Amino acid sequence: MSQLAQRRAPLFEGLRDYRAARIVRFDVPGHKSGRGTPELTEFLGQAALAADVNSSKPLDNLIHPTGIIREAEELAAAAFGAASALFMVGGTTSAVQAMILSTLGPGDKIIMPRNVHRSAINALVLTGAVPVYVNPGIDARLGIPLGMAVADVTAAIRLHPEAKAVLVNNPTYYGVAADLDAICRLAHRHGQLLLVDEAHGTHFYFGDDLPRPAMAVGADMAAVSMHKTGGSLTQSSILLLGSQTDAARVRQIVNLTQTTSASYLLMASLDIARKNLALNGRAIFRRSMAMADYARREINRIPGYIAFARERTDGAAFFDFDRTKLSVHTRDIGLAGIEVYDLLRDEYDIQIEFGDLGNILAIISAGDRSLEIERLISALADIERSYRRSPAGMLEQEYVAPELVLPPRQAFFARQKTRPLRESLGEISAEFVMSYPPGIPIVAPGERITSTALETILYAQDRGCYMTGTRDPELREIGIVVAPGGA
Amino acid sequence: MRPRLDVWFTEEHAPGLRFSMRVTHELVRRRSDYQEIAVLETQEFGKVLILDGYLMVTEKDEFIYHEMIVHVPLAVHPDIRRVLVIGGGDGGAVRELVRYDTIEEIDLVDIDPDVIDVCEAWLPQLAEKLRDPRVTIHFADGVRFMRQVSRPYDLIIIDSTDPFGPGEGLFTREFYGSCHAGLTEDGILINQHESLFYDEYRVAMRRVHDRLGRLFPVARVYQAHIPTYPSGHWLFGFSSKRYDPLLDLDAEGWLARGIRTNYYNPELHRGAFALPNYIRRELEGDRQARLK
Repeated sequence: MSQLAQRRAPLFEGLRDYRAARIVRFDVPGHKSGRGTPELTEFLGQAALAADVNSSKPLDNLIHPTGIIREAEELAAAAFGAASALFMVGGTTSAVQAMILSTLGPGDKIIMPRNVHRSAINALVLTGAVPVYVNPGIDARLGIPLGMAVADVTAAIRLHPEAKAVLVNNPTYYGVAADLDAICRLAHRHGQLLLVDEAHGTHFYFGDDLPRPAMAVGADMAAVSMHKTGGSLTQSSILLLGSQTDAARVRQIVNLTQTTSASYLLMASLDIARKNLALNGRAIFRRSMAMADYARREINRIPGYIAFARERTDGAAFFDFDRTKLSVHTRDIGLAGIEVYDLLRDEYDIQIEFGDLGNILAIISAGDRSLEIERLISALADIERSYRRSPAGMLEQEYVAPELVLPPRQAFFARQKTRPLRESLGEISAEFVMSYPPGIPIVAPGERITSTALETILYAQDRGCYMTGTRDPELREIGIVVAPGGA
Repeated sequence: MRPRLDVWFTEEHAPGLRFSMRVTHELVRRRSDYQEIAVLETQEFGKVLILDGYLMVTEKDEFIYHEMIVHVPLAVHPDIRRVLVIGGGDGGAVRELVRYDTIEEIDLVDIDPDVIDVCEAWLPQLAEKLRDPRVTIHFADGVRFMRQVSRPYDLIIIDSTDPFGPGEGLFTREFYGSCHAGLTEDGILINQHESLFYDEYRVAMRRVHDRLGRLFPVARVYQAHIPTYPSGHWLFGFSSKRYDPLLDLDAEGWLARGIRTNYYNPELHRGAFALPNYIRRELEGDRQARLK
């Protein structure tokens, strides 16, 4: 499809025509273009409320698209170089789950790195599939998990040739990319599907000098978070399918859990964002990259910080780097990333994406101006001047191979009891424990609670990480498996 | 005679309040990389500089502002040699500074070269001293310039626009931190502190005062009466690592310099730090809360 076609935005145009037709509405939503909810309309604007409409013949229906939604999805597929594309309104979580639900059944094995987002492991709870974890590799200096080396994937496939699929999260939250090309060839050679969680990689499809995107290397499915770096509204996402994948079947699987009242605000934002990326993406990401590169240079002049990029690639687990990501290692100034993250918000009115034990991450995108970049750099300089302390005694992050005792589903649905966290050593966890963001589990259902995991959790709590996953909101207690369930 | 064609420039001082002046000529209007710059001739205030629709200075009352940001610190610190002015591309602060022959170097940082061009062409009353040999003009982002200062200054004057918009970086904790690091051991920081009379900037300026108070042992606020600025009652910040603006005021020393001013004098200097109660309460409130 030509670049000319990408100037169209059928969903957006359809909504505009619908508004112009001044249809009298006796359908849902009941606010009727916002007339019934003056305070909400004042807050969000009349235009937003007028676009919040119900599925109908002229506006199509996401559960069975034949009209403008279908056209918009086709344009999106063309823009991403995919055979087909599905608009998703339940976040990229729903796209990741759709990938797993449509490829794996109970007991099927899937090869994946342990540093996946919780949505992938949740999908294993839903299907009963069994993960084969690959050590993602770790950059010892920075303490960040990496992107799976080809050699490690090869070894996993050799041990588990019966696995149905390989899942790669590419890039990682920090912007580290794997050798997707080689992993794809490897998986396909062994008759396994390649699924890619590209939640942080939407822009790979549109910018220059970025890691290779999933559809370009021939992956079977990929989940792209348009709302993260693509400019659509929060919660909107796209599931991309390669030519070998049965789109109609995937749609049926998606419809098992997706709403039948998909928001036109979300869908129109996907359509408009796709048009913008197709037409202007190159220039947008060139600018973001230049800003991130500038910020890295300036931050690296401040003693103690490491704003890393491609210089740390190693041809293996740190195969490539997404230069639009601004990840900064903070441990050498004696502050955990989460502490810098909190200081930036509380003392400098700057909100960044996340901070973990040793690093922070700032997202640079189309909406940024040099004004804000200068503020961020100066704030980091001021934090170094004002809060620096000795890094002695700070926890070094390391990869701990999880001891998977039960498939996640059997642990999640097990007969359980709760134990004080500090007394849970050696038990099998029935719950997740993770700091959010980044949402990468420290412990997942079915895994043995090791001393390293406990130590990491307690340290993260102590440094102020926002811990999630357990039924106990304070995470003083954790659910452990008494007898497996979920069969 | 009143012109038949009646053109007014209007600025909104508060959501329900407008301030207008009759315009007799539009002298220049230009869009720079950063903002829309205009100079208008007005009936009452002479030529006025407008940036993005906001009134910056007028020929008639600019002396009050510029005298107050320069002579107050110069009458306290006996030996100011190196001075940095951030913002202030109109040249008014520099014009007052070059009157001191003890000042050796003046760096002026403004992001927008067009402001300086326009002021040199249309507002020579303000910009006339920008070519003084002691003055170096840097076209740069103030936040960035400040972060990279290697030789400290005796006096830094933040001659900023408002706290929301292109100048907002000049009201932040990180910027004040860089200023603190870029001042000598006995250096003084002067900042444009807006007005607290209307709601718009009240919270922002209370936080500014609080931030300065956490960085500098001396952090005071003083006032002047400027007819064209919202409420007419304008505030400035005086922050210093050593000097107290009242205890260390050297009135005789300053008078001996023989600088002729139209607003400033040492008695007014003392009075300028005597603030109305509503402002005292507003400024102290936040620091009290912080100490809890």
